[in-house]
Amino acid sequence: MSILVNKDTRLVVQGITGKTGTFHTQQCVQYGTNVVAGVTPGKGGQMWEGTVPVLNTVSEAVKQYGANVSVIYVPPPFAADSILEAIAAEIPLVICITEGVPVRDMAEVRKALDATNGKVRLIGPNCPGIITPGECKIGIMPGYIHKPGRVGVVSRSGTLTYEAVYQLTTRGHGQSTCIGIGGDPINGTSQLDAVRMLNEDPDTDAIIMIGEIGGSAEEEACAYIKEFVKKPVAGFIAGASAPKGRTMGHAGAIVSASGAGTAEAKFAAMEAAGVSIARNPSEIADALLKIYKG
Amino acid sequence: MNIHEYQAKDLLQDFGVPVPKGYPAKSAEEVDSAIAQLGNEMIVVKAQIHAGGRGKGTFTDGYKGGVKVVKDPAAAKEAATAMLGNTLVTAQTGPEGRKVQTLYFTEACDIAHEYYLAIVLDRDTAQSVIIASTEGGMDIEAVAEKTPEKITRVPVSPSTGLRPYHCREVAFALGFEGDQIKQLSKILSGVYKMFWEKNAMLVEINPLVTTPDGQLLALDAKVSFDGNALFKHADIQALRDLNEEDPKEIEASKFNLAYIALDGNIACMVNGAGLAMATMDIIKSYGGEPANFLDVGGGANEEQVTAAFKIILSDPNVKGILVNIFGGIMKCDVIANGIVAAAKNVEMTVPLVVRLEGTNVEAGKKILSESGVALTPADSLVHAAEIIVDQVKNG
Repeated sequence: MSILVNKDTRLVVQGITGKTGTFHTQQCVQYGTNVVAGVTPGKGGQMWEGTVPVLNTVSEAVKQYGANVSVIYVPPPFAADSILEAIAAEIPLVICITEGVPVRDMAEVRKALDATNGKVRLIGPNCPGIITPGECKIGIMPGYIHKPGRVGVVSRSGTLTYEAVYQLTTRGHGQSTCIGIGGDPINGTSQLDAVRMLNEDPDTDAIIMIGEIGGSAEEEACAYIKEFVKKPVAGFIAGASAPKGRTMGHAGAIVSASGAGTAEAKFAAMEAAGVSIARNPSEIADALLKIYKG
Repeated sequence: MNIHEYQAKDLLQDFGVPVPKGYPAKSAEEVDSAIAQLGNEMIVVKAQIHAGGRGKGTFTDGYKGGVKVVKDPAAAKEAATAMLGNTLVTAQTGPEGRKVQTLYFTEACDIAHEYYLAIVLDRDTAQSVIIASTEGGMDIEAVAEKTPEKITRVPVSPSTGLRPYHCREVAFALGFEGDQIKQLSKILSGVYKMFWEKNAMLVEINPLVTTPDGQLLALDAKVSFDGNALFKHADIQALRDLNEEDPKEIEASKFNLAYIALDGNIACMVNGAGLAMATMDIIKSYGGEPANFLDVGGGANEEQVTAAFKIILSDPNVKGILVNIFGGIMKCDVIANGIVAAAKNVEMTVPLVVRLEGTNVEAGKKILSESGVALTPADSLVHAAEIIVDQVKNG
């Protein structure tokens, strides 16, 4: 009932011994995620919390422990290096939670990703992570608000995703997989990539897409939805009241001085694609349930 | 992070880009010294603020023009006296304008033609793009809209970096010949090196001019840097001018709060950037005007919430506050305790509406209602927006 991660996921945590890495790894282990190894260069040979082996390199985690997904909690100056190490180790799925990665670093990471010809997918950076409820939680989202089900959620914002998920769960609708793609201008997985995966997933019946001002990721996803998606889709865009030329918290959330990337344009693209629109964040689940009975 | 024109030109010069000789000045003494160094020639006097449209701007006392070409040192002194310390309003500053605290004096030069040259980091293709046009000296967005065929875009992949063919492509597109192709290539190499090495998001030369004797020169420049990469560049950090920033935003950055001052009167405090934007949107959709964007982050503690309340209340326009929190791993009862403690630390002078949702929401609401702090709890975000807009409008 999912895409990308499930009960067979074998997770390696890069930056497992740091404060953030430790706290969120504890939460993920409690949720039931199978954490097979951690990586902190120089601390190889230790045991994290007495339960998870700490290694010096990602490739050891792949070779010795069969890791097939990596999550990254290392500080921004070193995050791109950690992503590149995971790419070099050919881990099929890399999730970078870190906020504040320099944009130029991400331009270089994107080239390395493209060179893998699809062997490696990156989610993030600056994202809450990904969860397949009841099976596997990777990242910083509160696990218990989720419930297993058949609605897929993709979003550029953490708390807005939690709002939507909480609304779904309290209305009795579970989720197949929820993906936070992150709020940075250059990231690994786009709205379009996520929508396409959810559309092709036989265990997802409906999709929620939550966007923000800046860039054209939502417009591209809507062009795809219009042509290929028969499943019900609901959407919301944050930032309709944001001034031009200011970065609204997320590095990628900016309407350019010339007026590109507005909420208005994104809502219009959703409308043209037949997406059921929520005009405020309290109505995201209701917008879906208008067109999807579950 | 943005820098001033004079700083941008100093940097460009360090990277081998020719610019007119010039000197900045922040005081009457520095003005005299700058003018003296330029000699008895035509001088350009330029107000230094982080906003465009300076030439067509007007000062609040009615003096016209933040960029003046004058015939001699006496006229330069006169223009400088009128501009320094005065407030300049341009199309980009908003009606309140910006106080001019630095002037830049440069030699004037004769212009044969004005071009546009920039490098930006393009988010959609994840690579640098050179943008060039024969229509320099004007708003490039307007050129792009009216005559898109006059704009050349040349992408540069991070895996190859800038190569000679990129430079030739731009030079031919701008119609250069002979020695000017070499000059353009040298300029573009310097601009790209600076753009890449210093983690810039934009380096823009507008105009890049040719003089009657065929020399290329960067006459004006705008540069902005990736704030996330400043830790790599102490020299760039040193160029930050706090006079150009809102004092509330400077204070917020000390507490790791993402705060942006806006023009409205309803302040908001939210966890998460997306939810913070959505909260502003909903205030606006119910007829209010947001006073700020404020993301206190996922793990905001009492100290940060207290600082956030103080910053919000230091804005005299604020007539009400909406707190909107989704409690996830950080549970609502913990957040409610933080809000109550912070509200008791700060003298709350305006109505406060709090909407909590998520983990332990009932316990959180109970803490708020039993706290004795004058606040209105709201059941939903819509309800919260309605209440605060009503309280601010009707007292």
